[in-house]
Amino acid sequence: MEIDLSQPILAHNEALADKNRTRLAGSGVFALDVLASPGSGKTTTILATIGLLRDRLRIAVIEGDIASKVDAEKVKAHGIPAVQINTGGACHLEADMISRALDALPLDDLDLVIVENVGNLVCPTEFDLGQGARVVVLSVPEGHDKPLKYPGIFAQADAVLLNKVDTISFFDFDEAEFVDSVRRLNGTAPIFRMSAKTGEGVAEWAEWLADRVAEART
Amino acid sequence: MHEMGITQEVLRAVIDASERAGATRINRVRLTVGELTDIVPDSLQFAWECLTPGTFAEGAVLEIRETPGRSVCMECGTEFAHDKFDRKCPSPECGSFMTRVIAGDELRTDDIDVDLPDEASVDNAGVEG
Repeated sequence: MEIDLSQPILAHNEALADKNRTRLAGSGVFALDVLASPGSGKTTTILATIGLLRDRLRIAVIEGDIASKVDAEKVKAHGIPAVQINTGGACHLEADMISRALDALPLDDLDLVIVENVGNLVCPTEFDLGQGARVVVLSVPEGHDKPLKYPGIFAQADAVLLNKVDTISFFDFDEAEFVDSVRRLNGTAPIFRMSAKTGEGVAEWAEWLADRVAEART
Repeated sequence: MHEMGITQEVLRAVIDASERAGATRINRVRLTVGELTDIVPDSLQFAWECLTPGTFAEGAVLEIRETPGRSVCMECGTEFAHDKFDRKCPSPECGSFMTRVIAGDELRTDDIDVDLPDEASVDNAGVEG
């Protein structure tokens, strides 16, 4: 006998993500999911962003890594609450992991939770966490062709951060081609040129984020 | 290998559905996986072979239907097929980047074929197990 199911494969994760979203909204907290390859400067970007916004917004960080807590320690050293999720081998975060991490945060005393997903541009794509926005960080040394290698994540991003632009003269990075290939996947996401290390361009991105946080509260 | 986690979700859903139906065996599971997703059907098959032995779905065939990408232009309304790398409106007069996916992003369990207690004796007549 045939039984019709017609249900999303990730229905379970999606239900948990919706729960996270409702819970975050209830506390007036905006969640940002940050995706990137290993070594693209995710943690540095997050710290630079926090540096510009911490006077205006109450921020916490959820760090997703396969193992270790070095990133959470780095964030805590700046006086920012951080929760480390160790996925124990899994290549992406899922909504239930975020739910447990939220348990460990004082949500009512926060405005923004930044989630640093596992360094990977493929696996996290299909897993909704309940975030308000998703951004992809790509660094110049990784090459301008990355949108063509990871189209799913670029298509989905609410913003794209091109990091390490201070190194662009050392690499064969065709910026026009990069922008074009992002556009062919995503007509709306703003592309921010920045260097988390020198601070160049971080303010523009941080303003965009602050606007999203403010919008979510109204 | 996020396909392992995806397959676990499929497995959980189909075992749950077949238990609710009082089935004695799952013969086949059908999925739709859009070509715009970051899911590799071969990896799903591999994960299925790894995960099903010893479960209620052991021996069930996994059928995966792949759907091609299709979008509509928000500016001129053109509907068009596309690969996963380029969703730009193909109309020469338009060429807008403002397009919206209408197919190819599916990740869905469609249906399962199961044996029920009274039909098992018919379907499995002469078959061991």
